[in-house]
Amino acid sequence: MKIHEFQAKEVLSRFGVPVPRGKVASTLEEALAAAHELGGDTWVVKAQIHAGGRGKGGGVKVCRGMEELKAAASKILGMRLITPQTGPEGRTVRRVLVAEACGVAKEYYAGIVLDRKLGCPVLMASAEGGVEIEEVAARSPEKIHRVPFPAVGGLRAFQGRTLAKRLGFASQHLSAASSLLSGLSRAFLEMDASLAEVNPLVLTTDNRVLALDAKLSFDDNALYRHPDLKEYRDLHEEEPQEVRASQFDLSYIKMDGNIGCMVNGAGLAMATLDIIQHWGGSPANFLDVGGGATKEKVTEAFKIILDDPGVRAILVNIFGGIMKCDVIAEGVVAAARAVTLKVPLVVRLEGTNVEKGKEILAQSGLNITLSEGLSDAAQKVVAAVRKGGRA
Amino acid sequence: MSVLVNKETRLCVQGITGNTGMFHTRQCVQYGTKVVAGVTPGRAGTDVDGIPVFDTVEDAVQERGADASVIYVPPAFAADAILEAAAAGLRLIVCITEGIPALDMARVVEELRCSYPTTRLIGPNCPGVITPGECKIGIMPGYIHKPGGIGVVSRSGTLTYEAVFQLTGLGLGQSTCIGIGGDPVIGTTFLDALRLFEADPATNGVVMIGEIGGVAEEEAAEFIRTMKKPVAAFIAGRSAPPGKRMGHAGAIISGGKGTAQEKIAALERAGAKVSPTPDKIGETLRAML
Repeated sequence: MKIHEFQAKEVLSRFGVPVPRGKVASTLEEALAAAHELGGDTWVVKAQIHAGGRGKGGGVKVCRGMEELKAAASKILGMRLITPQTGPEGRTVRRVLVAEACGVAKEYYAGIVLDRKLGCPVLMASAEGGVEIEEVAARSPEKIHRVPFPAVGGLRAFQGRTLAKRLGFASQHLSAASSLLSGLSRAFLEMDASLAEVNPLVLTTDNRVLALDAKLSFDDNALYRHPDLKEYRDLHEEEPQEVRASQFDLSYIKMDGNIGCMVNGAGLAMATLDIIQHWGGSPANFLDVGGGATKEKVTEAFKIILDDPGVRAILVNIFGGIMKCDVIAEGVVAAARAVTLKVPLVVRLEGTNVEKGKEILAQSGLNITLSEGLSDAAQKVVAAVRKGGRA
Repeated sequence: MSVLVNKETRLCVQGITGNTGMFHTRQCVQYGTKVVAGVTPGRAGTDVDGIPVFDTVEDAVQERGADASVIYVPPAFAADAILEAAAAGLRLIVCITEGIPALDMARVVEELRCSYPTTRLIGPNCPGVITPGECKIGIMPGYIHKPGGIGVVSRSGTLTYEAVFQLTGLGLGQSTCIGIGGDPVIGTTFLDALRLFEADPATNGVVMIGEIGGVAEEEAAEFIRTMKKPVAAFIAGRSAPPGKRMGHAGAIISGGKGTAQEKIAALERAGAKVSPTPDKIGETLRAML
C-alpha cells in the first residue's frame, strides 16, 4: 500500500525523523489558513499524489508571500498532474501540502528496502540527493552506499554514524544525521514498510538535518497488524477495478490491451499474457482467480474484465489440478450466462477430467471457442479480436 | 531416487485441523505419503482420519518420529510455526501458506541461518515438494507426475503443473519437483535446488521456471554455467508492466530491475535453453537430452 507524502511524514515523525513543519489542505481556504498558521513569508506548496516526479510536472511551487501562495494553491488543487510516473493520463490533485520553506545547504538520499538476495533490509544512501536513485545507480553506482542490517536487531547506532560520515556530514551534524537514519530504520521495521525513502534528506542553511520529502509504502501482507494505517489508504489513487477485485480475493491488474484474461495461478497468468503478446495480441489485464476458480469467483472475474470498455475478447486459461476441469467448466458456463457475455470467449482447459470439461463447454449453447493447448488458445483469441471483436 | 523426500519421509502436518490442511492431508495420504502426525495447539488427543493430533511439533517428533513438516497455518502464525518445526529438530519444513509478512520471513530466514543451519525450508507461498511415486508434500495434483529423471524447480504453482504435464506427456518422468515459492524472501532458492539436482545421480536434466522480480534467476545462471546436466528454463512476465505486483508478492519489476528480458539473457549466456512460450517447456528440455 502506498501513502501520500504528508502521511509518510506523519508516520516518520512518530519515529523521531525531523520534517519541515507543514499542513495538508484540500481547498484554497485551507491552504491559506495553513500558511497563516505556519507563519513566515515563504512556503512550499506540494501536490499530494502517489507518484514521483511531481516537481517536473509543475506540482511543487515555492511561494513568496500570500499572493504567490494563493496563485500556486489554486493552480495545483484540482489540476491533472502529469509526471514521468503517472502515465499520460496523469492524476487529479485533491490535496496539497503547505510547508515551511527551508534554505537547503546540501541534499542527500536515504532509502530502505528489503534486499531479496540477502534476505534482510538494506539502507542505501548517497550524497547525490534530490534526483531519482535509479539514475544515480545507473550513472555512478559507486556513489550509493549500502548498509544491510538485521531484521531482528535493527540498524545499529554505529552503522548510522558510519554511514553519515561516509556521506560527508561534518562532525557537528553527525548525531542529527544518524538519528534521522535510525528513526527511518525503526519506522521501516516496526511499520512493516516495503519502502522507506527520504529524498532529499537535507542539511539546511540553519544547520538542521531534515526529511524534506518522504515516501513510504507498506507490505500488504502485514497490514492486518497496522489497523492505524487503514485511514491512510486513498482509493482515488487506485484503479477502481483493482480495488473491486481485491474485495473478491481476485488479483487483477489493468493493462492497456484489448484481450481480457482469466487464469488460475499467478505464474500461469503472467505466462498467458506473455503468450498472447507472443502471438501478436495485447492483453487488457492480469487476473488470477486463484487455485479454486469457483463459479462465484469466475462470475465476478467476468464482470470485472467486462467493466473495461476496451475488452474485445476474453481468454480463460485454467489448469485443473485438484479442482477438476468439469467443475471449472460448469462454473465458466454459469458465469458466462450470468453476465450475458457479448464478446468472443476462448477457453483453454487442461488437467483432470479435461474431456468432460470440454463437453460441458461445447454443449452449453454459448458461443465458446475451445482450444487445444496454450498457443492455439492465444492464436484463436488474437484472431477473434482481429475479426472485429463482436461475436 | 530423489532429493529431499522419499518413501521413508515421516511427515507431520502443522494446521491439520483447518479446512486446507485437512483436505490436502487426505490427498497426500492417498498419494502414499507417510503422514505420521498432525499439530494444532489445543487439539492433542484428537485425530484426523486416524492421524494423531498433537499440541506441539516437539510432541509429534517424540511420539511419532516425524522428520519433516508441512505448514498450512494462517499467515499471522506461519513464521512461528516454521521456527517451532526447526526447534523441534525437523530437517525439512515445507511452508505452503501464502501472505506471510515479508519482514517475518526475513527474521525467520535469519534465525534459521544462525540457529538451525542444517534445517531446509521450502517456501513459503509454494505448492510444495513431490518425488513422484514416493512422497507428495503439498497441494500439487499428484496424478500429473510420473517417476523419472527430470528435476523441476519453480517459483510458481499452476505454471509448474503445466510444465510437469508437458514432461509427463512427452514420457519424461520427474525425479523431484520443488516449488520454491513466489515470495520475496524464501528458504530454498533456485541455486540451492540446482545444487541438489546436479548432485543427485537420479536426475539427468532440469526444468527451471522463474518469473520477474529479484535476481535469483541471475544468481542461478552463474551456477548453471558450471553444471554438467542440461537446464531448460521458462521466465514468466515478459509482458509485465514495471512497478506492478503480478499476483505473487515477489513478482515485481522495481527500479527497472528484475525484468524477464534480463533473466532470459543471463540464463542463455550461461548455457540454459529458454522456452519462448509456456507450452514449449517440455520440448525445450527434450531437445537438450
